[in-house]
Amino acid sequence: MNLTLKIWRQQNAKAPGGFATYQVQDVTPDMSFLEMLDLLNENLQAKGEPPVAFEHDCREGICGSCGFLINGVAHGGRRGTTVCQLSMRFFKDGDCLTLEPWRARAFPVLRDLAVDRSPFDRIIQAGGFITAPTGGAPDANAILVPKDAAETAFDAAACIGCGACVAACPNAAAMLFTAAKVTHLNALPQGQPQRDRRTLGMVAAMTEELFGSCTNHGECEAVCPKKIPIEFIGKMNRDLICATLHHRGE
Amino acid sequence: MEPARIEMLESKIPSGPIERKWEKARFDMKLVNPANRRKHRIIIVGSGLAGASAAASLGQQGYNVDCFSFHDSPRRAHSIAAQGGINAAKNYRNDGDSIFRLFYDTVKGGDFRAREANVYRLAQISVNIIDQCVAQGVPFAREYGGLLDTRSFGGVQVSRTFYARGQTGQQLLLGAYQALEEQVAAGSVKMHSRSEMLDLVLVNGRARGIITRDLVSGAIESHAADVVVLATGGYGNVFYLSTNAKGSNATAIWRAHRRGALFGNPCFTQIHPTCIPVSNENQSKLTLMSESLRNDGRVWVPKKKGDNRAPAGIPEDERDYYLERRYPSFGNLVPRDVASRNAKEVCDEGRGVGPGGQGVYLDFADAIGRLGEAQVREKYGNLFDMYEEITGENAYKVPMRIFPAVHYTMGGLWVDYQLMSTLPGLFVAGEANFSDHGANRLGASALMQGLADGYFILPYTLPNYIASNTLEKVDTSHPAFAEVKDEVAKRVARMVNVRGKRTVDSIHKELGRMMWENCGMARTEAGLRSNLAGIPALREEFWHNVNIIGSGEELNQSLEKAGRVADFLELGELICLDALQRAESCGGHFRVESQTPDGEALRDDERFSYASAWEWKGDGGQWELQKEPLAFEHVHLAQRSYK
Repeated sequence: MNLTLKIWRQQNAKAPGGFATYQVQDVTPDMSFLEMLDLLNENLQAKGEPPVAFEHDCREGICGSCGFLINGVAHGGRRGTTVCQLSMRFFKDGDCLTLEPWRARAFPVLRDLAVDRSPFDRIIQAGGFITAPTGGAPDANAILVPKDAAETAFDAAACIGCGACVAACPNAAAMLFTAAKVTHLNALPQGQPQRDRRTLGMVAAMTEELFGSCTNHGECEAVCPKKIPIEFIGKMNRDLICATLHHRGE
Repeated sequence: MEPARIEMLESKIPSGPIERKWEKARFDMKLVNPANRRKHRIIIVGSGLAGASAAASLGQQGYNVDCFSFHDSPRRAHSIAAQGGINAAKNYRNDGDSIFRLFYDTVKGGDFRAREANVYRLAQISVNIIDQCVAQGVPFAREYGGLLDTRSFGGVQVSRTFYARGQTGQQLLLGAYQALEEQVAAGSVKMHSRSEMLDLVLVNGRARGIITRDLVSGAIESHAADVVVLATGGYGNVFYLSTNAKGSNATAIWRAHRRGALFGNPCFTQIHPTCIPVSNENQSKLTLMSESLRNDGRVWVPKKKGDNRAPAGIPEDERDYYLERRYPSFGNLVPRDVASRNAKEVCDEGRGVGPGGQGVYLDFADAIGRLGEAQVREKYGNLFDMYEEITGENAYKVPMRIFPAVHYTMGGLWVDYQLMSTLPGLFVAGEANFSDHGANRLGASALMQGLADGYFILPYTLPNYIASNTLEKVDTSHPAFAEVKDEVAKRVARMVNVRGKRTVDSIHKELGRMMWENCGMARTEAGLRSNLAGIPALREEFWHNVNIIGSGEELNQSLEKAGRVADFLELGELICLDALQRAESCGGHFRVESQTPDGEALRDDERFSYASAWEWKGDGGQWELQKEPLAFEHVHLAQRSYK
């Protein structure tokens, strides 16, 4: 099949960007979306033009490196799928696709479709951990974790930190990302001692990094490749209220 | 000051009984006073399981750690993609497991080409790893009573594999990553993301720093330290198509090899039997389907050559369940190397299925008949979904098609018992070293080794090195840094200025085809010799005809790839050279000339009971082989049999 691609090209963070239009021919349905871009890049380089920069690594939907908007939808809109796992058989001959980087003030564009997501690391630094210096842990079975707590923790911990939630949110909020980590650690017995500090710290970091706030659009859940549910934001807000009350006057 | 002497292949295994060696080693180690630790700087390259766990642990101890990753965040490291689980000799199941049994299984699984003392230590430490990870909040699978669940894995007879659904690697890496980020917040670790190591700097024969390229600005930078750790993963991408992430590369270990670190067992590469077959010529990577599928799936091909009927149309008596036929006692659960080789054989006979005939069926019809679709869905639902997402086929209705793919590299930089390479001050951890898996790695052992190295071995051996040596003050103003930095800058410029006709990928694919064809699942002398002629020629082609658009002073992904491929073009040659000298079959290394009458791998312990360690002797394919003899005092040398 043949496709028309309108792709955001921007040489670096400071340069102005704009759309460029390309034709890609001989795309086969068993290619992945990124393999289709590989093909475009091979052709561009043969013509002496710079290839399109996009982030990717594992190409099996787990590292969280890849991600851009296809026709305005993060990861292309197929439920529970990162763009690296998106198959070309869901597209048809003659399609015109617009590819853009994540759009958020907190995620400046580095080049073309690649953005800087380092604010996510700083949110984790503000409390997204359980302090357990190496060597001091008790026997693993000394800590009992009810199965449902373990399941909730896992559902939340499945987040791959790709940033689609931010890109999809009209407020560019990082609430789903932050709530996923807060829920993962706050659900576990091991996470209780730092529960309040964690919640307060991570929410404060989120604000400092210029992410917006949640106004319940639910767009984040819709595009999340790991299907993290929006109810975790509710859980985080409850934890935030409790933590704020516990620490009022401090 | 006198240059440090390179002590070749002194494995430094402590004396005494095997179960006391690690304890003795730790007691003999020198310590660094807590107040002095912050005066020492440690460079760690790589932020996967080994690198992140080492950085976090050494940061906690009070050292100044600089951690480097070419990714945008340490959480992206390829450890994240490991699916199955992590082994530990906890014996929570009361089913006969023990440290000795894990040790025994690992030495035997590695086909007797690993160092006993290292493997024993790994088995000992395995139990502490699970404790550590649980304390960090890793959401392992649980029983209803709240205790940890385990499963069996990869051809062993006990249930010792701890897991977090099909995403164990992800959860363990996030645990280490979070511990690392906590240290970043505390100021003990400085994280250098999007920063790729391009060379190692030696001062007076000791590793004292690295040269990096900032992947956003292109700036070439120098970093100095007292000790350097490489935890940069494996080199499976030398084959182009593999289950590795696209960015996984050998540059850090290869640059260190060129500076004098010996390379151990380069030809020991692992080919995983259950991957989704190649479907098109633009395919960029191969996707692994968890080995656990072989617990319930039956592997078969048609008996007749070129039988292209739909699988449902092939009657039972015209199917060849070749693993069950050849290995009645292990059946579909033979080890990875055996399963892979047999799949290749039936495809070579012209009985492969799917496009190009490069595939075999993995059929769940019997399991669905026996257990019902619902139960199969519960066990493997996510894998069936993933398969359908990629192939568009519903594996509940038609058999899956699978084919072997390059997955893991057991070889790596040679290290002693302290995980130090032959270059003083250069330590190597995780898949990047050659130490624990011999000629074949068992399932669920890679995560164990990466975390053992990072959490529990380097935090002892690094301080010992620092405390035992008088390390002069060195910073990046030392002339050695300027010299290497200049070499790196010139090499980058030379690559960019070739301005030829071929893309980096096209050259990489050609290398991959050569490697897969002649140095993949079956290796012959003639095939290896043809590669030893072909690879240098392709290397010439690269340096005269590669086309990199743009400059070195910007974010340039083609340039990043080019540097990695240039190193693969040297490493590929060494892999073939090593495969050629090892004229025996062992584990993942199958030399066609060395097989039993019924076609099984034939080891030659008389001649090859050693680890090979290659010394770089200059450009143009010059190496010198050294040998570390291996002694088996606790596990009886025996030919593996899975009949």
